[in-house]
This record gives sequence, structure tokens and C-alpha cells, in this order.
Amino acid sequence: MLQVWKSFYARSDPAKAYSLLSPALILVTLAMLIPLGLMLSFSFFTQVSFTEIDYSFTVQRYIDFFQKNLLVSLLIKSVKISFIVTFVTLLTAYPVCYYIAFYVKKNKMLWLVLLTLPFWTSYLLRVFSWKIILGTKGVINSSLINAGLLSEPLTFLMYSETAVIITLTHAWAAFALLPLYVSLDKIDFSLIEAARDLGLSRLETFWKITLPLSLPGIIGAILIIFIPTVGDYVTPALLGGTDGRMLSNMIQAYFGKVNNLPLGAASATIMLITVAIVTMIVSYTTKKLTQRIS
Amino acid sequence: MNDSFIQINGISKHFGNVKAVDDVSFQIKEGEFFSLLGPSGCGKTTLLRLLAGFEYPTSGNLLLDGSDITALPPDKRPTNMVFQNYAIFPHINVEKNVQFGLRKLGLTNDEITKRVKDVLSLVKLEGYEERYSSQLSGGQRQRVALARALVRQPKVLLLDEPLGALDKKLRDEMQLELRTLQKEIGITFVFVTHDQQEAISMSDRVAVMSEGKIQQMSSPNELYKNPQNIFVSDFIGETNFLKAKTNSKDGEYINVNIEDLGSFKIKNNLNISENASDVICSVRPETMMIDREKSDWDICLEGKIKQTSYLGEMTKFYVETKEIEKIITVSSQYFDNQSFQDGKCFISINLNDISLLNKK
Repeated sequence: MLQVWKSFYARSDPAKAYSLLSPALILVTLAMLIPLGLMLSFSFFTQVSFTEIDYSFTVQRYIDFFQKNLLVSLLIKSVKISFIVTFVTLLTAYPVCYYIAFYVKKNKMLWLVLLTLPFWTSYLLRVFSWKIILGTKGVINSSLINAGLLSEPLTFLMYSETAVIITLTHAWAAFALLPLYVSLDKIDFSLIEAARDLGLSRLETFWKITLPLSLPGIIGAILIIFIPTVGDYVTPALLGGTDGRMLSNMIQAYFGKVNNLPLGAASATIMLITVAIVTMIVSYTTKKLTQRIS
Repeated sequence: MNDSFIQINGISKHFGNVKAVDDVSFQIKEGEFFSLLGPSGCGKTTLLRLLAGFEYPTSGNLLLDGSDITALPPDKRPTNMVFQNYAIFPHINVEKNVQFGLRKLGLTNDEITKRVKDVLSLVKLEGYEERYSSQLSGGQRQRVALARALVRQPKVLLLDEPLGALDKKLRDEMQLELRTLQKEIGITFVFVTHDQQEAISMSDRVAVMSEGKIQQMSSPNELYKNPQNIFVSDFIGETNFLKAKTNSKDGEYINVNIEDLGSFKIKNNLNISENASDVICSVRPETMMIDREKSDWDICLEGKIKQTSYLGEMTKFYVETKEIEKIITVSSQYFDNQSFQDGKCFISINLNDISLLNKK
């Protein structure tokens, strides 16, 4: 019997594939699919009183969501903030990666490691340190006041959307660096030289050759930053104040002090679907756009 | 025809302490097939990149057709390059690759279409317009690279070891084709290669480079028959070197004392006048004769065959004699190899086939 299994296993590629995948599959099933299924089913229930839930099927929670202007506007704001964060991160990380990929000759790895150095400390610590930098008595405000450039501290820096955007951009920059660097580093520099040789200026070469060829990295970076930032609630909770609050803070409240599990679950599901749709649209249009350019 | 179409005036290029190109000056004629030949690291590619505008010289200047191009960026130069790895843009098809360099020339759409069609038929790539680089063979990619550069009708086409990645059969074919193509369109070709056979078979003139300097620049025939120094003689084909000292001069001839062999009167191709200067005598393997019997040639040495390698069209022999440790010689395929089974042989040399080289 064992012999039969062994010879089957040796010949069957799917069997090998599944056995290699099984640790991940088990983990995903236990830690992802089950909670996700629970969340989905809760979104179809009704919270009757503080402790009591009516388990009969209803889509009323989804209707509730779209009838509450606050939730819809928070969803839009979450997506907007994430878009800005993604865009700013790409804009700052791309030139750095370009430089390392094409101009750094030795110790490229060292450069990358140094760039990710701030990310060796915990996310929470970094968020708190931004508090020290951006606060009314923080580094920026006090130095501007001491330099005599300001009489009153800048208030939009702290407990605002701006604070959330700055902090999230910094927090996720390292994750954009790697896919961008990898895709740029893969580009054969002679392709860039060839474009210049064929009469294109530096800028034209960038648009026609470098950008389209680094597209996989750009899409990768967009997804890696956009998806987690939409759902981030630590940064808006600590630095956002009322102005910088995002949908995830509301979801947290529904599962916590507001105690409306079904509405929280419905909000989370809607957010999940929104993220999925937005990412699909973004990667599709980015692809189309670069095809048009080249 | 303009004899000084490309003028390279005292060009040097230093990378840190490395002198990749070291004060080089020469001229290339219009419509010429000119090769830069040398081992890797000799500066030939750097020189080509200086002509293309990918590098700027540390000192010196470059003139093309009378105008100074030293400081022009690559997109402003009337030169185009065929890259070693072809550098075909992978995200666009063959047709768009070839069109790529035409956008900036201010042509009408009809002209562009016609030029692309013409050049694709010139390099025999009709029907491949829709293909991508990944769907092409090495030889086809090479043709795309050639078409993409030629379609711009550059004054000079720069080729950076374009045949290096092809297999031998295809390479021989492409050599002939490139040569024919160049004659047909009459564009000046500057061709970089490390393959001496390639340079010799294709070029009008060859510049042999080593350590950033030009060692010799002449026609392929001259290069083979009359190498000016040991480096060139050794790099172009195979040869035997014998140490020697000069004696008295005798008109066009000079008496030379070849180490371990004795004194001989040879043609003074270096015009050496002084006595007792150290020179090297070079004898090409194919000018010697190997036989079982003693011959009546000027020099005849008895030897023992140490090793033979059969090359198809000929056989190469490594022979040891009493006088000289190692001689390389070849025989034609008509020669009966079996007759040397005991290893004993005679090597014959004519004095006419010995040429003098400066010991440098």
C-alpha cells in the first residue's frame, strides 16, 4: 500500500503541489476563510438588543449602510486618503528605486536595507513618533516658532487628514520600494540607451521605455499600499482626530462600544468589495494607459 | 569619398584610474567597413560608445563629416547603434520597434510605412511585423536591431559585437550578408569585435587595439602578412615566435642570429639598422612543411610530434625539436597522418616566410 502511494506521489505533480501548499492552505482556511465566512453571515443578521441577535436572514444592514450618510462619506474618505497615500508613496519611492537600479553600481542591497531601516521598529512606535514631530508642541511647530517664522502653531499638522496621509505614506514607503526596485532593476539599461540612440530625449525615453517596462512593479506597489491603507485604523485613531477618521474606525466601534455586530460586518464586507473593485479598475486602467503611451 | 569622414583626435577616456581609451587618433573613410578588433577590456567598446554618445571623452574631440560631435547627446548624433544584446524593446512588436526611431524625423505616415517596409525587406524580415522579441530567434533579433538602426539612414552605423551571440553557421552567413548589405547601401560601418577572423573577413580596414591604444591599423591582408608587433602577430592568427639578435645589415636584408638555430639572412621588413638589437622572428604555421623525410628547404629541423589535433580541413601538430621547445605547424587534409605514428618528423622553413617583429 505504501509502495503504491509512493509511486503515485512520485509521478503526480498535483499531489506534490498540494502537499507543499498544505501548511498555507490549512492556515488560510482556519485564519481567513472561517472568520470571513462568519463576518459575511453576521452581516445578514439583526442586532435586536445589547446582548441579543436575531439570526434570521435579512439584507437590511446593507440598506442601513447606504442610508447612513456618515458611513458612505467615511468610505469615500478612506478610499480618497488611500489614493493620495498610494500616489505620494509612488512619487517618492520611484526616483529612489530608479537611482538605485541604474546608478548605484556596488552594494545595491545595502542601500535597500538602509532605506528600510526605519521599518525595523514597530508600526505603533513610528506612528507615535510622528505625534512628536507633528504635534502643536512638536518638532516642526516649535522650531518654526523658535525661528520666528510663526506665532501660532500650525494646527492642520496634527489630528487631521494631513497627519494621517503623512504617517501612512511614511509607514508604507518601504513596501513600495521593493516591487518598484525589482521591476526597474530588471530593465536592461541598453534598452534605455537604444531609445536615446534612436532619437528620444531623456524624458521621452522615460515615458516610452522605462515607465511601461516598470509597470508590473508600479501595479504591485499600488496594490501593496492601497489595500492595507484603506482598512488602516491605528493611524487615524491616533493621529486623525475627528477630521482624519476613516471607515475602519467606525467598524471597530460597531464591533466594540456601539455593539452592532451585523452593521459592522456589513460595513466591513462593503469595504472589502470596494477595495476589490477599486484595485481591479486601477490595475486595468494603468495597464491600458501605458499601452496607449508606448 | 571623404577620407576623413570620422576624425578621432586625441581621444582619451578614463574611468577612475583606468585608461580605457588612451590618447587615440585616427580617421575613418566615408563608406568604409571599419573594424575595431581587440581582446576584452582593450577599449574598443568604449571607443564605440564614445562615437555613439553614451560616454563623453576625458579629453580630445570627435568630428563627423566636418562637424564637432564631441558634446552632442546620442539623440542628436547622426549615428545609430546595433547593440550586442540587440536591445529590442520587449513591450512593442517588430514593426513598432523599427518605427521607433522614425517618429522624431518629421516624416509623413506614408513615408514611415514605406521606409519600414523597405528596411524589413532589406533584412529579409517581411511577415514578422506583428511578432514580439520573445517570439524571435537570435538571428531574427539581430536583423530587427539592424533594421531599426538602418531605417533612420544614419551617416554611420555602429555595431557592437552583433554576431557574438549567434552560432557559428549563422555567424558565417550573417558576416557575408552584413558585408553585402554594407556595400549595397554604402553607409560607413564601425564594427567592434574580438573575433579576428570576423574582422579580417569583413573589413576594409582593421584597427587592432590593446590597453586603450591602437596597435596597428591597416587592411586585413597587411595585418596578417605584416604585423608590426608581437601583440598584433599573436592576436591575428596563430604564429611561432623565435628570439633573435640582429647582425650586419645587407641591403634589403639583414643577418639575424636566431637563438639556438644559427645565423640567417632575412628580409629586413622593419628597416633595422643597428647591430645587436633584440628582435622576434615570426613564422606562421601554414608556411612550414612537416614531413617524414629531410627536405632541401632553408631550414630543416628534426623533431618529435608531441600532440596532434585534427581540425577537419587540416591537422595541427605540436612538435618538439632539439633546438626549439615547441613549434606549431599544420598540414592539409591530403596529408597522411598515419605516417607519423612513431612521432619522428622533419620541419622545414623557408627564410622568405620569416618576418621580423619589434620586441615590444
